[in-house]
Amino acid sequence: MKYKIAQLLNKAVTKIILAIILGFIVGAIVLAFAGFNPFDCYSMMITSIFSSPLNMVQVMILTMPNILTGLSVAFAFKTGLFNIGAEGQYLVGAMAAVIIGSKLKLPPGINIIVIMLVAILAAGLYGAFAGYLKAKFGIHEVITTIMLNWIALYFNNYLISVPGIGIKNTQYSVAINHNAWTNILVNWKDTPHGQAFLASHQTLSTILLATDINYGIIIAIAVAILIWFILYKTTFGYQVRAVGLNKDAAEFAGIGVKKNIIMTMFIAGGLAGLAGALQMAGSLPHSLVTLATAPGYGFNGITVALMANSSPLGCIFTALLLSGLQFGGSTIQMNLGAPSEVVNIMIGVIVFFVAVASMFTMISEKLKKRRVKNGH
Amino acid sequence: MGTSILLAISITLMYSAPLMFAGLGGVISENAGVVNIGIEGMMTIGAFAGAAVGYFTGNPWLGFLAGGLAGGLLALIHAIACISFRADQTISGVAINFLGPGIALFLGRKLFEGSTMTKPVPNQIPTLFGSYATNSSNLLLKTLNVRLTIPIVFILVFIMWFVLYKTSFGLRIRSVGENPAAADTLGINVNKVKYLSVFTSGVLSGLGGAAMTLAVVNCFTQSTISGQGFIALAAVIFGKWKPQGTMAACLLFGFAQALVVILGGSTSIIQIPPSILSMLPYVLTLIILVVFVGNSTAPKADGIPYYKGQ
Amino acid sequence: MENQQQYAVEMKSIYKYFDDFCALSSIDLKIDKGSIHALLGENGAGKTTLMNILYGLYTPDSGEILINGVSVEMKNPNVAIEHKIGMVHQHFKLVGKFTVIENIILGKEVVKAGCILDIAKARREVKKLSEIYGLNVDPDAKIEDISVGMQQRVEILKALYRGVEILILDEPTAVLTPQEIEELIKIMNNLTQDGKTIIIITHKLKEIKKSSQYCTIIRRGKYIDTVDVKNTTTQELASMMVGREVNLKVKKSKAKPEDIVFKIDNLIVEDSRQIERVKNFSLEVRKGEIVGIAGIDGNGQKELVEAITCLKKVKSGKISINGVELQNTSTHNVIEHGICTIHEDRQKRGLILDFPVKYNFITEKYNKSRFSKHFVLNDKAINKFTEDSIKEYDIRPEDCASRPVSALSGGNQQKVVIARELSNDPELLVAFQPTRGLDVGAIEFVHSTLVKHRDSGHSILLISFELDEIINVADRICVLYDGQIVAEFLQSEADEKLIGLLMAGGEKKNEI
Repeated sequence: MKYKIAQLLNKAVTKIILAIILGFIVGAIVLAFAGFNPFDCYSMMITSIFSSPLNMVQVMILTMPNILTGLSVAFAFKTGLFNIGAEGQYLVGAMAAVIIGSKLKLPPGINIIVIMLVAILAAGLYGAFAGYLKAKFGIHEVITTIMLNWIALYFNNYLISVPGIGIKNTQYSVAINHNAWTNILVNWKDTPHGQAFLASHQTLSTILLATDINYGIIIAIAVAILIWFILYKTTFGYQVRAVGLNKDAAEFAGIGVKKNIIMTMFIAGGLAGLAGALQMAGSLPHSLVTLATAPGYGFNGITVALMANSSPLGCIFTALLLSGLQFGGSTIQMNLGAPSEVVNIMIGVIVFFVAVASMFTMISEKLKKRRVKNGH
Repeated sequence: MGTSILLAISITLMYSAPLMFAGLGGVISENAGVVNIGIEGMMTIGAFAGAAVGYFTGNPWLGFLAGGLAGGLLALIHAIACISFRADQTISGVAINFLGPGIALFLGRKLFEGSTMTKPVPNQIPTLFGSYATNSSNLLLKTLNVRLTIPIVFILVFIMWFVLYKTSFGLRIRSVGENPAAADTLGINVNKVKYLSVFTSGVLSGLGGAAMTLAVVNCFTQSTISGQGFIALAAVIFGKWKPQGTMAACLLFGFAQALVVILGGSTSIIQIPPSILSMLPYVLTLIILVVFVGNSTAPKADGIPYYKGQ
Repeated sequence: MENQQQYAVEMKSIYKYFDDFCALSSIDLKIDKGSIHALLGENGAGKTTLMNILYGLYTPDSGEILINGVSVEMKNPNVAIEHKIGMVHQHFKLVGKFTVIENIILGKEVVKAGCILDIAKARREVKKLSEIYGLNVDPDAKIEDISVGMQQRVEILKALYRGVEILILDEPTAVLTPQEIEELIKIMNNLTQDGKTIIIITHKLKEIKKSSQYCTIIRRGKYIDTVDVKNTTTQELASMMVGREVNLKVKKSKAKPEDIVFKIDNLIVEDSRQIERVKNFSLEVRKGEIVGIAGIDGNGQKELVEAITCLKKVKSGKISINGVELQNTSTHNVIEHGICTIHEDRQKRGLILDFPVKYNFITEKYNKSRFSKHFVLNDKAINKFTEDSIKEYDIRPEDCASRPVSALSGGNQQKVVIARELSNDPELLVAFQPTRGLDVGAIEFVHSTLVKHRDSGHSILLISFELDEIINVADRICVLYDGQIVAEFLQSEADEKLIGLLMAGGEKKNEI
């Protein structure tokens, strides 16, 4: 029996589930300490999401950027790089999307595709720059990407102050063209026919009119599957993982390590940039906003990737978990007055236990050892 | 012109001090072989503890010490993960950066009626020459009348240098960061040295945070600590993991912040858009890293968990 | 050995497990005071583990340790140091950036006022010890700047500084020139004359004959015997070590070299500190021959291999295969032109330990049409190739294809590397320390594989620090000293004593 537990403990999925459970336990303790009933809070978090189609949609909308930034961080991790710069790359993608999307007059369908490609390219180059600094000068990407995050943030604010891009005396920039919006049935719901239909269908009406429901999440999931395929089924993915697992051996086998670092950071940047573009295309106000601090999708991506142990398909699920937790956090704050920071603490705990996953390995080894000693 | 220079000096010193505390924290942790990305989180909790205790007790020194203690306690979590459980030190640092602000804001709401901002502290860290100098009309005296955190941090830089390079403790700390197996075979308790170093690193980072909320500003908000921890880390690398170099780098960044303020003022000669100006410290960091890092090397076993018998 | 007197060290019924693996079972060891006692066994037999237990780095699962008749619980190295036991490890435990003095006093620092280092006083003490035992060192030099021989003396001084009475030396001669080995034996005798006891861990039969009084043999974690060295032959020692009759010579037919296939002209390579390590080096290798480069570690071998594989830029000179110049291009280019390399550090350079075995077989060819199409990996082809290689080279366990290669033993890991490189069908195979860390059985296999490769018309450049290996396997032997070839011999003319002398920088005398 102990041996079976030991084997189970060794699986990566088990470690993550255990980390999540521990996160919830610590969260419960914190809530209790704050004077709230953990069960009330947790059940409210769960029911608020699953009982209302409106809320489920909201969570899915929140999930889209998290999946992509999670993929960005996870992909970089596979080659041994820590892409904290997903935040800045997201902003670069958003900025590129808004500039191209508002200035170029392209037909619908083509418009959104061009916007996505330009955003991926711009953010990819932003990421590749950090990769270049690492490859050529050996500067740790954690520091360069954090600096680049701030630079992107202030550049965003600067753009809004530029006439032609920003709208005077507001916090906003111009919006991207309507025909690039990715909201579902975006045109139909404004027509008289559409309005009449929706008036008689309450739920659908709420969803379509009161939320930013868009097909960005479908793109995000498709991209996740694409990244999984690239990593595990292609020669490029082999290269990425080889360098991540043993840079010296990869170099010795003739793999161009420096080129690999730059390429990987380009893709990581592009993924985060795509998140920014899709966010502009899918959610109001479809434009840039003056920021005091970073919006946080990039940092969410780090959590998503770490919780998923850098598995691309896992990112889909951990992104949903994160969005659910964050949404639930604001719900219990609104309705119960419970502190939403408890969610931050839970997330910190989950990431912490994923980091010490070796702890589970050690317990597993100890259980195995006892079995051997008893057997002799 | 003279007033500008004096202003630059005083702003530089003011912004550099928290960076230097945190930078020293980075120096001791990394010299013992433990990467500490979590400085930002430790500064945050220190900043909060400093402001909170400073408010409730009215005594800035108690607040200052509380900030250090808070940072040290958070660092212990990092130490347990990295040393006893041999976790990836970068990931643990990221977790600390979530936990630090999370705990700080949570406690903030609890202690300050649901607000994420602490109430202003009644008494900040006293200045060097007292209130007489603050109200004096002599500009030089006014400039030199810095908060005591500044001379304290300069003294700490000297102490750190002395301890690391002139004492047996420092020799052992550096040996653990360079070749823990060598230290182990000579009977040095590698884990104990690492734990003490990481704890000290947390205390120093916490003091850095408290130096913000008790001397630079006078309360704690969500954005009090936004990036200083990472700039401190860059300073450590720029300073080649030595206290003196780290201090120089922190002063440079403080100067960049001072430039932002001076050049952004309406009386300045050059008119630069404020957003572009705000980028200055970060762009400067990048340029310095590229120009100066070159072939500097971290302690050999930095970031590598130690397994006995290697 | 007399039973009445106390032994300096006695280890009784020592057992040690690492998870399920039994490293030591029921080991008994008795060491006389003032003797030089060798501990003989193959790689992985358990000799180092046993001594690590004596030094307190590991705790035994059961058994007793007695020092001078008194039972001691060796909890950690501090306890061992208290009992005057010192250990010089095979891989030195020195801090590269620290000076000699700092390394010697680390952990037992000479201080004034409680904790401030007193380097001047430490220097005086180190100089005193150096003179007493004849251990020449430069006290203020940094470890990373001094020679390997001097580093070893620093390690011995570390032990003497702590008043060692029982000194354990783990494979001390692996990194020394024959001259330095003679000096070390002199130093060991100085120490035993002073009443100190020395335990030397080794698998070098000749050195045991030259230095030790007694020898305890361990095989696969079990105690075999303790013998009087002067009454035992090297052949007997070898048989006890391995457990069967050992064939110390490689069977091979005469080489039939043809045209020149690989040429190095006047190569100069600097190391990371811009010091020339390969100086005006020239070499030719013909089709169908094995050229061996004999030399002590640290005479430029590492830089030579890095230059050939383009891991390092050359300062000047040419490296060419079939007339095509390869220096300063890229590692990939070198492999494409038919030069494959077995690197001395298989875990760092040769294998990706966390990748499954099948992926380690294709590190240089994953993007070739045989294993991938349009960037997509061809799993079927990869699996088949892996299975075929496992069968051909008898890699164990047979079902290891999808398991991480870290799960394989050292010998099997090396088989993976060799299988991979040979499957590229290279014109020139560079084998750098190909049998490092392998047991006698695996060594025999590697050598016969190399000869087979040569017999099928290919060339091999064999670089090794084991002179025996070069003399046994190579058709033509070049002696490397200080970055240059100082002499060349055919296998039939090889004189071990002379080559050893040349490896150490001695002059080749013209004998009439």
